[in-house]
Amino acid sequence: MSGLGLVLRQLRFTNRAFWRNPAAAFFTFAFPLLFLVIFTTLFGSADININGNNVSVATFYIAGIAAFSVITACYTNIAMSLTFARDLGVLKRVKGTPLPGWAYLAARMLHAVAIAILLVLICLIFGMLLYDARLPAGSIPAFVVTLAVGAACFTALGMAITTVVPNADAAPAIVNASILPLLFVSDVFIPLQDPPAWLDMLGNFFPVRHFSEAMQNVFFPAPGSSAFRPADLAVMAAWGAAGLLAAVRRFSWEPRR
Amino acid sequence: MRTSWLHLDRTFKRAGELITANPAISVTGLRKSYGGLKAVDGIDLEVAEGEVFALLGPNGAGKTTTVEILEGYRDRDAGRVQVLGHDPQKADPAYKARIGIVLQSTGMDPYLTVAETLDLFGGYYPNPRSPEDIMALVGLTEKAGVRVTKLSGGQQRRLDVGVGLAGDPDLLFLDEPTTGFDPGARRNAWDMIKNLAATGKTIFLTTHFMDEAQYLADRVAIINQGRIIAQGSPATLAGRNSGATVIRFKLGEGAALPGPVRAAAKEVGDLLEFSMANPVYFLHELTGWAMAHSVTLEGLEVIRPSLEDVYLELTQDPAKGNVEGSIEEAS
Repeated sequence: MSGLGLVLRQLRFTNRAFWRNPAAAFFTFAFPLLFLVIFTTLFGSADININGNNVSVATFYIAGIAAFSVITACYTNIAMSLTFARDLGVLKRVKGTPLPGWAYLAARMLHAVAIAILLVLICLIFGMLLYDARLPAGSIPAFVVTLAVGAACFTALGMAITTVVPNADAAPAIVNASILPLLFVSDVFIPLQDPPAWLDMLGNFFPVRHFSEAMQNVFFPAPGSSAFRPADLAVMAAWGAAGLLAAVRRFSWEPRR
Repeated sequence: MRTSWLHLDRTFKRAGELITANPAISVTGLRKSYGGLKAVDGIDLEVAEGEVFALLGPNGAGKTTTVEILEGYRDRDAGRVQVLGHDPQKADPAYKARIGIVLQSTGMDPYLTVAETLDLFGGYYPNPRSPEDIMALVGLTEKAGVRVTKLSGGQQRRLDVGVGLAGDPDLLFLDEPTTGFDPGARRNAWDMIKNLAATGKTIFLTTHFMDEAQYLADRVAIINQGRIIAQGSPATLAGRNSGATVIRFKLGEGAALPGPVRAAAKEVGDLLEFSMANPVYFLHELTGWAMAHSVTLEGLEVIRPSLEDVYLELTQDPAKGNVEGSIEEAS
């Protein structure tokens, strides 16, 4: 079987197992939508300014939660599921077969990206139906590219974080601790309006804020300017490359104790 | 003529130690250390094609390190290793395609069914065995549609073996296949392994159960503290056959054994005692002689040291005065 054939076959089984794990499926899908409803209900009536556009907070959250969906599906989901599979001995077992390791991981990554796309589409439809959000037609190429770069970046980082997670018990704590604070200071859960300088720097260092702002820019580009944010995309790509490098060098197929 | 009884056993001493010209596994001078600990400290092994070979030893003796080097999971520090003509360290998919691995711990996706799991793994190999075939072989046909997470421990272990067979391997590694089994489940597993061996597969087994090695293996090596301390068939291991079997009886009133035979006997009270490697021929001649001369052999006994005796004696740590690690303890 060709490399691609192996990946697609593995993808099919990965997908089947994913939907049968109620906890994983629930958290991956329910969380972003739950947060979307809660945030828009609490803060949705106000207006904020994004790129010179006057935007209702409800529509702001469509962009923010779309970014959050990608992070959940790619970073959190990949990190947790790979750590659990590693502790269960699933990865070690696969390593003892002729299936190339990269094919197994590629299937996992593709699956995460597919789930992310599905989630973002659900967010979008949700937002269009309930909150009157809309994606400008001219933004579609930027939307696709931003989504792809974000998904790739956070998938790579999800694989990278498994190299510092000692075991499955520690996985939820480490993964959440590494991402939750960033979600609060990166224009995802709360619109950033004039943050203090140190918080601004912190947010700009990590990839989350670059992703959420690139996503906002897709929905609400400054009048007359591009929906693309090349600088933000470059920072995400750099983080993704660093994550991939760390994952390739230190990835473990066996439980670490 | 009859005086040659005692020579007969010598011819059979080396039975079971014969090695074929075309070994499935050949290991020389294998070494592996973790930090300062010498897990494997210079071992030599040879396993013939079609043979069931058991590596027997207490926990921490180096069994799993050895088998994981052969499987390609660990790189060795030194030595030469050839398995089916491959160096396992090179992680060649062509090598992985010919071996089946059953690890100590199960490792399967809990949300796939038995049939799906076997189908998934079969797809990794060039010449897979059908899931139906494997399920029949490991006794899981009725569980085909059941998810892995719903299987009992014993059923999961059988699926483990089934997954190891997915690629129809020439060589199957079984790392402590029955640890944690109840006696009935162990017996079933043994029968399954016997059946596999009967189909001509080479099986490399690690265990810390003497009876398991004795029942399943054509040849056994005992490993302790990273070294092979004895090797041979379960029957002949470590001189179990050489002078270790004792035949004891009391000769009937007024009878006398032929002179040279009598000379080989040791008197223990009013009993005569003979030690020898292969008692069958001696017994045959002895009982034949007794019947022909109407001599009674009162309280005739044949006493063989068990493999367990040999094992315990060999793995005894002289410094501590007991066996390194508990042999009953599950790992």
